[in-house]
Amino acid sequence: MPELLPIGITLAKIVVFTFLVLLPFVPLSVYFERRFSAVIQDRVGPNRVGLPLTLLGFKHDVRLLGLVQPIADGLKLFLKEDFTPSYVRKGFFWLAPALTLVPALITVCVIPFGSDITVFGRQVSLVIADIDAGPLFVFAIASLSVYGITLAGWSSNSKFPFIGGVRSTAQMISYEISLGLSIIPVLMYYGELNLGAIVRHQAEHGWLLLPFWSGGSLSLPDAQTALFWIPAFIAFLIFTISIFAETNRMPFDLPECETELVGGYHTEYSSMKFALFFMGEYAAMVIGSALIVTLFLGGWSLGFGLDARIAELHVGGLHYGGLIHFGVFLAKLLAFILFFILVRWTVPRFRYDQLMKLGWVVFFEAALINVFLAALVLAAPDLTATATTIGAIVLAAVGAAVVWVAKVSETPATPTRA
Amino acid sequence: MSHARIVTLRRPRLRFGEKIYLGAIVKGFLLTLRHALRTMLGKSAGARSLNSSGMGVTMQFPEQRWDDRMPEYYRGAPALVTDEQGRERCVSCQLCEFICPPKAIHIVPEEIPADDRWSKVEKRPKEFEIDMIRCIYCGMCEEVCPEQAIYLRKDYLITGLTRADMVHDKRRLYEIGGVRTGLVNKWNELK
Repeated sequence: MPELLPIGITLAKIVVFTFLVLLPFVPLSVYFERRFSAVIQDRVGPNRVGLPLTLLGFKHDVRLLGLVQPIADGLKLFLKEDFTPSYVRKGFFWLAPALTLVPALITVCVIPFGSDITVFGRQVSLVIADIDAGPLFVFAIASLSVYGITLAGWSSNSKFPFIGGVRSTAQMISYEISLGLSIIPVLMYYGELNLGAIVRHQAEHGWLLLPFWSGGSLSLPDAQTALFWIPAFIAFLIFTISIFAETNRMPFDLPECETELVGGYHTEYSSMKFALFFMGEYAAMVIGSALIVTLFLGGWSLGFGLDARIAELHVGGLHYGGLIHFGVFLAKLLAFILFFILVRWTVPRFRYDQLMKLGWVVFFEAALINVFLAALVLAAPDLTATATTIGAIVLAAVGAAVVWVAKVSETPATPTRA
Repeated sequence: MSHARIVTLRRPRLRFGEKIYLGAIVKGFLLTLRHALRTMLGKSAGARSLNSSGMGVTMQFPEQRWDDRMPEYYRGAPALVTDEQGRERCVSCQLCEFICPPKAIHIVPEEIPADDRWSKVEKRPKEFEIDMIRCIYCGMCEEVCPEQAIYLRKDYLITGLTRADMVHDKRRLYEIGGVRTGLVNKWNELK
């Protein structure tokens, strides 16, 4: 019997985190996408759908700021005709939507949602699988979603979806390289691949991008941490932008850009199959945000040295501090999703060659140099001053050489005639 | 005539800051955020003059309406009018039926019975139906009517749950139209 309890706890965590946290976050981010974009464009957005109490004989409906709108949208998609064109390759056509959603749902299992909760003397960590290869696991699984999009494009057996699928494959493969390279400095800094341990480290010593406290009190970072902020910020930039490209969000939504490709890879899909693509995209966005928050912005940590105090909060044997951390994490997640939306409505879409150039010429090299820069900063205390200087000079020379090569290999813009 | 001069346009030389365009993106964020903030505070540009509901420039329809600011020339639902004696102005000439581009109007003419007060006048419509699903609010019927019997009114909320609901019969048309007194000069202000 006692062996069954951990399994039960794990199952409960799977149900709660996947189906009660991640999946509701999808309609929530759709709602915020619509309201926030409306507000940016001086509009109101969906603010009407609430609880239809008049159907039950009450006098007034409850509007709830339109928060029920995504449910109405979902219901609409359920009730629409699920039309499968006669010319598609049925098996793959049916498989593709699932293949885009499932990886996003699997990756949720390594995200630490909060610190530990103690119930009846039993410590429960708020992460489904506390494995020591967190980011690698996320990359490995998240890369699978490219199959969904590619298969959707190919099996639709029509032009625009096919172009969308091919674009998506090229884009995701290109950006996966800079995605992986960009977090190497971060992993070197923590010396750790366990996301839970990374967040605990940040709770104690300050977030990677905000290292202003240590061990429960506010303090300025030491010289090494302060210097490491530069490669950390570069890594953050590259990682964030690559996540945008990975999740096919604006400004990199070339696989489905409406103006060029009708709907891209999901042109031929309707009803719930389309909804699965939609959910997959937003779930990937939620997971991407969660990963960025976990690696760079302190995960569930509230910061400012308050985390140790929160962790001690308890009623009897119930240490509920983890739940507060859980709330903090969700708030950060939501804030980052709002940032995603802000980017979408601010930055126009890239042209395809610009996208490829950005990935291969800029980010790949920048991430690579950044790895060595971070290594130099981390190794500096153990090296002699001469060695550090030589390293810095070599790094600067290599950086300049890369910039020079990129500049020379660029075809000069021909002057336009008018 | 001298041939056109060819002007060679040089692409502008961008500075380093412009080339990495992170600054421009941050500027863009501030711009969109300012719009968002002003929308939520009800201070968007033009919010006042567009009678906004307090969110952006949007007027929220069922609660707020533009009715009192509707221009004189607004073309809403077409309707029939009676004159000051309560006589139907329409004489069933069917010109509107023939000119109607979407063929929305259907008229069945009728002789006026001898015992009627207006028996000496011309015919009258027995049935006069306008299918509001078809109507395109073009106003041709109003233009063509020699008796000034059909006008486009300012009614715009024409809704119904069935197709039959959307067909305005004679009774409904007179209800919308009401009474028009005097001979109006339709090429003028009441057009």
